[in-house]
Amino acid sequence: MKDQSETNSPLSVSVRGLTRTFGEFVAVDHIDLDVRKGEIFGFLGPNGAGKSTTIKMLCGLLLPTEGTGTVGGFDVITQSEEIKQNIGYMSQKFSLYDDLTVEENINFFSGIYNVPASRKEARKEWVLEMAGLKDKRNALTKTLPGGYKQRLALGCAILHEPPILFLDEPTSGVDPISRRNFWTMISEMAASGTTVFVTTHYMDEADYCDRLALIYRGKIIAEGTPNELRVEHMKRAVLEIEADRLVDALEMLNANNIESSIFGSVLHATVADEKAAETVIRELLQKAGITVNRIEKIVPSLEDVFVTMIETA
Amino acid sequence: MNRSWERIKQMVIKEFIHILRDPRMKAIVFVLPVLQTIVFGFAVTTDVNNIPTAVYDLDKTYETREVTRRLRASGYFEIRYFPETREEMQELLDRGKVIMVLNFNKGFSSDIKSRRQAAVQILVDGTDSNTATVAMDYAGRIIKKYAAELDPESAVQKVKIDLRTLAWYNPELKSKNYNVPGVIAMVIFLTSLLLTSMAVVREREVGTMEQLMVTPLKPLELILGKTIPFAIIAFIEMVLVTVLGMLIFKIPIKGSLFLLPFSTGIYLISVLGIGLFISTIARTQQQALMATFLFYMPAVLLSGFMFPIENMPVVFQYVTYANPLRYFLVIIRGLFLKGNGISILWPQMAALFTVGIVVISLASFRFRKRSA
Repeated sequence: MKDQSETNSPLSVSVRGLTRTFGEFVAVDHIDLDVRKGEIFGFLGPNGAGKSTTIKMLCGLLLPTEGTGTVGGFDVITQSEEIKQNIGYMSQKFSLYDDLTVEENINFFSGIYNVPASRKEARKEWVLEMAGLKDKRNALTKTLPGGYKQRLALGCAILHEPPILFLDEPTSGVDPISRRNFWTMISEMAASGTTVFVTTHYMDEADYCDRLALIYRGKIIAEGTPNELRVEHMKRAVLEIEADRLVDALEMLNANNIESSIFGSVLHATVADEKAAETVIRELLQKAGITVNRIEKIVPSLEDVFVTMIETA
Repeated sequence: MNRSWERIKQMVIKEFIHILRDPRMKAIVFVLPVLQTIVFGFAVTTDVNNIPTAVYDLDKTYETREVTRRLRASGYFEIRYFPETREEMQELLDRGKVIMVLNFNKGFSSDIKSRRQAAVQILVDGTDSNTATVAMDYAGRIIKKYAAELDPESAVQKVKIDLRTLAWYNPELKSKNYNVPGVIAMVIFLTSLLLTSMAVVREREVGTMEQLMVTPLKPLELILGKTIPFAIIAFIEMVLVTVLGMLIFKIPIKGSLFLLPFSTGIYLISVLGIGLFISTIARTQQQALMATFLFYMPAVLLSGFMFPIENMPVVFQYVTYANPLRYFLVIIRGLFLKGNGISILWPQMAALFTVGIVVISLASFRFRKRSA
């Protein structure tokens, strides 16, 4: 998996055996990560899997219990101050001051990040332009719609033009159009050399990433490009089953060691041999008096991949 | 260093915007001191005026009328009743219609004229011991003065009144002179506690604290950014209350005008420290508010602001040594009323400074631990 030899890009983030425990609880368990410069790295996992704890360690907010690593070339254990100068961080809370105007928020963060006086005006105009807030600079931040807040928060986090950007679930609570625009911006930034480390639980967003890592119960259980993950990790087929009494059907299949889960109004079953499995499934469900309308093989989505991985992990 | 100051400056500017844009905060900062000054200057008074009084006069002579007239003219007494019988007089006291009764027995006037000892009896309702004592004191003085005028060798010595009280520093015994300087201490205490703790907790509540922690802003800069604005506000409030006290209540300032801000500065170390400390135990602004009042009430009660420390049980007297308010009240009253200088006040200042250093160290330690 560690295929950094394939490329000459320097590593923006590189950690080995990173571990964090809270008492008895191991939140992050010996993880290794390598993120190349200019890459959009997606860090995925269910809630409580250790995403936030990892990001906090990388940002210098939390000391690792064990392990070593560098962010932007600085040691995560001894150089957290240097790391903070070189990263931008934006969380799902879009941490802006609601009772400050757009411009006051920008001025504040610009000062906190010590943006040189000669650059301040240019950076401010850049953020206003980027967030589409040029004519709302004197509006109170609390009056802005979610999408604008999100872009302003992003703008404030990158006023100092950090080489690495950490985004913790940056699109939660934002409408689909804004989400798409947001990812366009992220892609542009990555193209111009900024490394983006992003966590999300929207699986459709995983496709925007150059590479992904899936964390579950503190451990990384898969890593690779979206396509690699689809192909490599999905040696088995996914069958989509349309039937009535979905929950009964699910229980029936899982009781017979056929990994399945509900996706909207259908079931997805992951099987080794699709032909044999189809027959077995039809028999099982018919015996239970469940009407099967349709069974067909589908191209697995990343969501299928992750659900399967988590269930087998 | 410059970069550090720039960050602190940004924090201070931001805090001022928060306060000036929030009507509730603005009220706490500017209306509260004015209100407290006025309440303590006008309403909360231990001054004794217009004491409802009855005169039970069995002598009914020129002399008894003259004493009565002088009591009335003093302004301290309002002569409301002239009971005719002992029972009637008793009734007035029992029903609380009067607090004091002046009783002249038959022969008062002739005793004076024949240079015998003339006796006046003063009966007071002792329920409110403070008022009773003051009433007796005033009446006693008025009668003594009259007696002295009649005969320099004094005839009315038998009046059973103790005249030990000698008011040196507040000769008018005006409680506003005593209270208004105290208001400076109280207002600074309350606003510093409230604003500091709320300002920190609010950031935690809305999630901006997390954002600040990933910026180059260091914990010490954060602490300074969260205390300097409220120190500035505290100084403004001090000036506001002082000016109000001087203009409206004609409070004298006998001491040095330099020592006032100087000792306020020392006092601020403690109170901002306590505010910071509260911010490390409270998770929400509501909790910060509750914790503030949990600190504030006992601190005021055990400060000597209203109840003298010497009258407290010994255990509580020891507790007051940890109370910054206690020292600052002595300093500020000394400054205003006695004109004390540093040569007299330094032990209080040293104690206040020590308490301050302990509190701020403890608070900073907890604060850094929480934000780490």
